[in-house]
Amino acid sequence: MSDTQQGGAVATSAPPSVDEGLTPAALAAKYGLSVSGARPGLVEYVRELWSRRHFILAFSSAKLTAQYSQAKLGQVWQVATPLLNALVYYLIFGLILDAGRGMTKGVYIPFLVTGIFVFTFTQSSVMAGVRAISGNLGLVRALHFPRATLPISFSLQQLQQLMFSMIVLVAVAIAFGSYPSLRWLLLIPALFLQFVFNVGLAMIVARMGSKTPDLAQLMPFVMRTWMYASGVMFSIPVMLADKPAWIADVLMYNPAAVYMDLIRFSLIEGYGAENLPAHVWMTALGWALAFGIGGFVYFWKAEERYGRG
Amino acid sequence: MADTNTNTDRSDVPTVICDDVHIVYRVNAGGGGKGSATAALSRIVGRGKAEVTRGVRKVHAVRGVTFTAYRGEAIGLIGSNGSGKSTLLRAVAGLLPTESGKVYTDGQPSLLGVNAALMNDLTGERNVILGGLAMGMSREEVRSRYEGIVDFSGINEKGDFISLPMRTYSSGMGARLRFAIAAAKNHDVLLIDEALATGDRKFQIRSEERIRELRKEAGTVFLVSHSNKSIRDTCDRVLWLEKGQLLMDGPTDEVLKAYERETAR
Repeated sequence: MSDTQQGGAVATSAPPSVDEGLTPAALAAKYGLSVSGARPGLVEYVRELWSRRHFILAFSSAKLTAQYSQAKLGQVWQVATPLLNALVYYLIFGLILDAGRGMTKGVYIPFLVTGIFVFTFTQSSVMAGVRAISGNLGLVRALHFPRATLPISFSLQQLQQLMFSMIVLVAVAIAFGSYPSLRWLLLIPALFLQFVFNVGLAMIVARMGSKTPDLAQLMPFVMRTWMYASGVMFSIPVMLADKPAWIADVLMYNPAAVYMDLIRFSLIEGYGAENLPAHVWMTALGWALAFGIGGFVYFWKAEERYGRG
Repeated sequence: MADTNTNTDRSDVPTVICDDVHIVYRVNAGGGGKGSATAALSRIVGRGKAEVTRGVRKVHAVRGVTFTAYRGEAIGLIGSNGSGKSTLLRAVAGLLPTESGKVYTDGQPSLLGVNAALMNDLTGERNVILGGLAMGMSREEVRSRYEGIVDFSGINEKGDFISLPMRTYSSGMGARLRFAIAAAKNHDVLLIDEALATGDRKFQIRSEERIRELRKEAGTVFLVSHSNKSIRDTCDRVLWLEKGQLLMDGPTDEVLKAYERETAR
């Protein structure tokens, strides 16, 4: 050891003489080098993210394809999984618990299926969001890209998954007497707003999950509580009729319930506007903007810290 | 050997400057508490005290490294396992934040890791596209380079493997495709972490050639390797790290000779 130490850390490859004596910082400034891994400004960050839009698309659809690639039935599961889910819930809540009080069967079944699919959309975005950074550390530590790419990709993957569920949903709606009408066009803004909300929420939990990976263990319980509180399988006003009114109001204005009701209203003929809370579209827009923008800024604030060992 | 042209293609323009870089890993759990429930409980109860009692251990991986790399240089990083070579590369790439000190770079250095953004369940074909996009290429760029990447990897030499999922590849084939994808882009600063150790001899020669090409395209190349031969063949300057400190920095032959003397004991 000792004889190599004599050589020390002396730079034996003679550096160019012109710049001799400059401090590293001054040298960096002279040649316009920038600090590696510094967080870009918000506008620059959005621009970087936009330039990665093709990667976001490719990554989300790659994840979607990879999901069922080991199964024999392959992509059939994209449709079969939500269908089976709907069946299970119908068996328990529709037949055994009779949670569809206040609705005819023709309304309740599409009501239930819509609720499950729409809530699953938010739920799986959140679950994927929690692990977006902590579950992809290899990627984060190997490549340089705006980290918001990951939660956005995962939410987009869930949106694509939802499109498959929509096939089932449309079939169920038609089978129970709701036929395509102009009102179905409302699905587009409703799903778009929910998607923006989901992305924002996914970015919030992605930052929290990157610091505390334990959240991934906790999240299923949080999500299940949220699901039962949002009236996925029952009508909130009917079930809570004998409780103080403010409880039903709080539950009905929670974002999951708002998006669920909007989509039910757009799709199901027997589910009229009287089931919607007042100012429902403004509420839906408000939630989307608050979480979309808030979540994005919150995520960006920690950009340079993701992937820290 | 490789340093015959050291003075001709080496310019005076710095591309990477490390200024007294320190990197500290914080390791959760597994630390003080030996993983038992009571240990975990005492960690939770002990919250709010010093970090050590919470089972957070600090690993000081890089301790005050300072150097300047110039355009056209190929720099090898050597040292025993755990000496901080890979960590230093990640810091240069801006992927690991420094505890103190600064890393200045020209443009965005890219780490050519052996584990890239690829998915084993997808075909090689889709992975080429995905990997290209992940490195920041545009769709058009990926399309125009697709053929070149597949040819370079040599995946299709033994039949139409590119349309099979990557999990069906042998480990050597997977590594070749990963290298081919990563080396397809011209990087300002390219960081390679033992990528050359994989693949057969024929592919190693081909990748060494590609690294020399990348160097000529005005970038700076960093190479971490345990193979003194591939360092000697590709690098003209070597940094020797030991215990997170820079032990020696100089021409390849000189440093390697000292390193070999040290390791031969």
